[in-house]
Amino acid sequence: MRRRDALPGLGLALGVTWLWLGLIVLVPLAALAIRPWELGLAGVWASVTEPRVLASLRLSFGAALVAALVDLPLGLLVAWVVVRYRFPGRRVLDAAIDLPFALPTAVAGLALTALYAPNGWLGAPLAALGVKVAFTPLGVAVALAFVGLPFIVRMVEPVLRDLGPEAEEAAATLGATRWQAWRLVVLPALGPALVAGVGLAFARAVGEYGSVIFIAGNRPMESEIAPLLIVARLEQYDYAGAAALGLALLLLSFALLLVFGAMQRRLRRGLP
Amino acid sequence: MTIVVSELRRRFGGVAALDGVELSVRSGEFVALLGASGSGKTTLLRALAGLEFPDAGRILIDGRDMASVPARARGIGFVFQNYALFRHMTVAGNIGFGLRIRPWRSRPSRAEIARRVEELLELVRLPGLGGRYPDQLSGGQRQRVALARALAIEPRVLLLDEPFGALDATVRRELRLWLRGLHDRLGLTSLFVTHDQDEALELADRVAVMRDGRVVQCDTPEALLARPADAGVAGFLGDAARLGCEVRGGMAWFAALPPVPAEGVAEGQAVAFLRPVDLLAEPGEGEARVAASRQDGRGVRLTVAVGESLLEAVPAPGWQPRRGEACRVRVLAARVFPA
Amino acid sequence: MRRPTEEPAWLRWLLCLLAVAVLGVFLVLPLAAVFAEAFRRGVAPALAALGDPDALAAIRLTLLVAAIAVPVNLVGGVAAAWAIAKFDFPGRRLLTTLIELPFSVSPVISGLVYVLVFGAQGWLGPWLEERGIQVVFALPGLVLATIFVTFPFVARTVIPLMQEQGRTEEEAAATLGAGGWRMAWHVTLPNIRWALLSGVLLCNARAMGEFGAVSVVSGHVRGETNTMPLHIEILYNEYQFVAAFAVAGLLALLALLTLAAKSLLERA
Repeated sequence: MRRRDALPGLGLALGVTWLWLGLIVLVPLAALAIRPWELGLAGVWASVTEPRVLASLRLSFGAALVAALVDLPLGLLVAWVVVRYRFPGRRVLDAAIDLPFALPTAVAGLALTALYAPNGWLGAPLAALGVKVAFTPLGVAVALAFVGLPFIVRMVEPVLRDLGPEAEEAAATLGATRWQAWRLVVLPALGPALVAGVGLAFARAVGEYGSVIFIAGNRPMESEIAPLLIVARLEQYDYAGAAALGLALLLLSFALLLVFGAMQRRLRRGLP
Repeated sequence: MTIVVSELRRRFGGVAALDGVELSVRSGEFVALLGASGSGKTTLLRALAGLEFPDAGRILIDGRDMASVPARARGIGFVFQNYALFRHMTVAGNIGFGLRIRPWRSRPSRAEIARRVEELLELVRLPGLGGRYPDQLSGGQRQRVALARALAIEPRVLLLDEPFGALDATVRRELRLWLRGLHDRLGLTSLFVTHDQDEALELADRVAVMRDGRVVQCDTPEALLARPADAGVAGFLGDAARLGCEVRGGMAWFAALPPVPAEGVAEGQAVAFLRPVDLLAEPGEGEARVAASRQDGRGVRLTVAVGESLLEAVPAPGWQPRRGEACRVRVLAARVFPA
Repeated sequence: MRRPTEEPAWLRWLLCLLAVAVLGVFLVLPLAAVFAEAFRRGVAPALAALGDPDALAAIRLTLLVAAIAVPVNLVGGVAAAWAIAKFDFPGRRLLTTLIELPFSVSPVISGLVYVLVFGAQGWLGPWLEERGIQVVFALPGLVLATIFVTFPFVARTVIPLMQEQGRTEEEAAATLGAGGWRMAWHVTLPNIRWALLSGVLLCNARAMGEFGAVSVVSGHVRGETNTMPLHIEILYNEYQFVAAFAVAGLLALLALLTLAAKSLLERA
């Protein structure tokens, strides 16, 4: 028997929650875990180690990592400026950070394509410099960096706000230069939040679809991302193959999230 | 190391946090900055450390003007109110920080730093805790780590902002006496901020009472209690009761108490400040009555009803007062100021 | 003289300018490009594209899907938040993790799982087909996929706030004789209403803008199973750029309104 509680509604709330969670999330995900094995172990292995699949996984994970690492300094810069400085337009800047969260991915994809196409506002000058962005792996990374930036800013911001000036003041009274205080006191305190932000940006980027497919060009073996390959297999009614690739994608990104989690715990020593 | 502060001013928005502070601290002194919150004491301490910059006025440390000396070059040890320990560093990392960050020419060797850290851990009575993180320590231990960290750079001056503010009463008393001993042993010149008058009066060589951004009086605890500079200081110190009176012919006359000498106070309406130890209650028919009696750490305290007012007083030796018993009150001393 | 926690003025301004530049090039410029492309040939063609019957059908479908998905997640999210924030029970941490799960699943996979269950070769596909019920490539599939991707929004905005508020107010209400519904209505809901609204806004923005998941389950039948984001893709692939960007502009406008409302709510 459950312990009696002063507040009512736990049973009802849990019932609704598990029903909602089970029907919408768990049962369908179970299908993803079970369906691939129709192919047999060897079949699944063959299905996810096709050269085209491996190339797409390399691109999805590689571009996601590059994008998250590019977002790291940019996000830190934006978070620092928004928290620490007062300047005209700060409010607008702060609100604009969430744009990639709110903007539908298809719109973002279309917009980035227009911007970085060889005749676009940024694409034209870059093309003149010999850099091709749209319809190349670089374009994929640009789109993923767009999608991931707010994750880093929003993870770092509250930690930076809570940090307050005392620790830096203490460093100054102990003889630290501004740079030393920043490198030895501020940055380590932000470490776990930065890693968490990179992890989130990365996880989002690995599975990203809408903002990428317009700008990627989608050439097999070159600029084709793994989620697109899943769609391609579904269109050929290769359910098991699509499920195998989906499962592989999901497991790989969970494994990476575990790695990020472990890094975060290492950096968190002594921090709240 | 002497500290001389003159005409120091600092405004925040429209509010003057420091409004012409004058203060001079002799080498080796232990001085308390005492005041209510908002009186400017923390701002003064931060200005001394170079964490805050005055709009006007001068700070001389050992005769040297500090105006263009940044905080990191002042060589002042600062202990923050909430300690501001670096949470991601171990205790040893915190204490050694000030040595590790020196430019390589003046930086001690790794072994030397480790030795210094051990010494400081001994000094603050935390031997063997160097590997802990700050969040694994108690409040009192953190406070001592903060102190060791500040002492590691061998400061000429030690500044402490409410050093005992976050500690519970027993730890607080113990640390107070220990800190005072440490100050004497290391030959420091120290300044600490507090809003607790017991703490200030018990520990400091001299107490600088601050109000509205100024030091209104800086004196030894005895002198401060005996001769407060004005009604504000008198009212702030020693749990004094405030009583209206009238000064005539060098005496202060009360409604229901015997008169006391009030030399040098202008004739007319005045206020008198009476501490419990200034009032002696004796048995016998008189104008007063015992309203309550309680025992505290320093002996028996009476609350006596005199006319309209309730006053704290000390009973005459050997008398066991009962509630409601009539008594007489003698005024041993009073500090009287024109109203 | 500077405070020791301040950078020199030149560095401060440089960092501010850099941050503005990063956000400008990275976030604002793409948005500007959408509107510039939409109005490339003037206002009339853009408006005409929105008045197209297929576009109108897409808008209607998008609104319908959101109108079903958002309330479902509102109810589920509040129930989950009530259980997780106010009680301690075995499996609480697992539940919290599972609720966040859809955020770390690729949108394409979110659509894929429903095809695996309800599709022609899915677990329930043949059974449903015999009874003439179509889930995938029809409205129910779109709704399910949308619920999946917007699943965590309400719960995750409300749970931290409810946890912070603790249970003392509800306990006080209970001692004063309030029953469960009365307590929820008069004590709990007023306390969380702004966070709840913010969560609903985000949930709605994502529901209307979702592309990957609905793309997999939609079947792309014009005028029937095309939501606005899917309509954009079709127009783009048919080289109807002005029309594509006009519809995209409408969605971008929705995103901007959501952001503005959210930043207002955060200040309230």
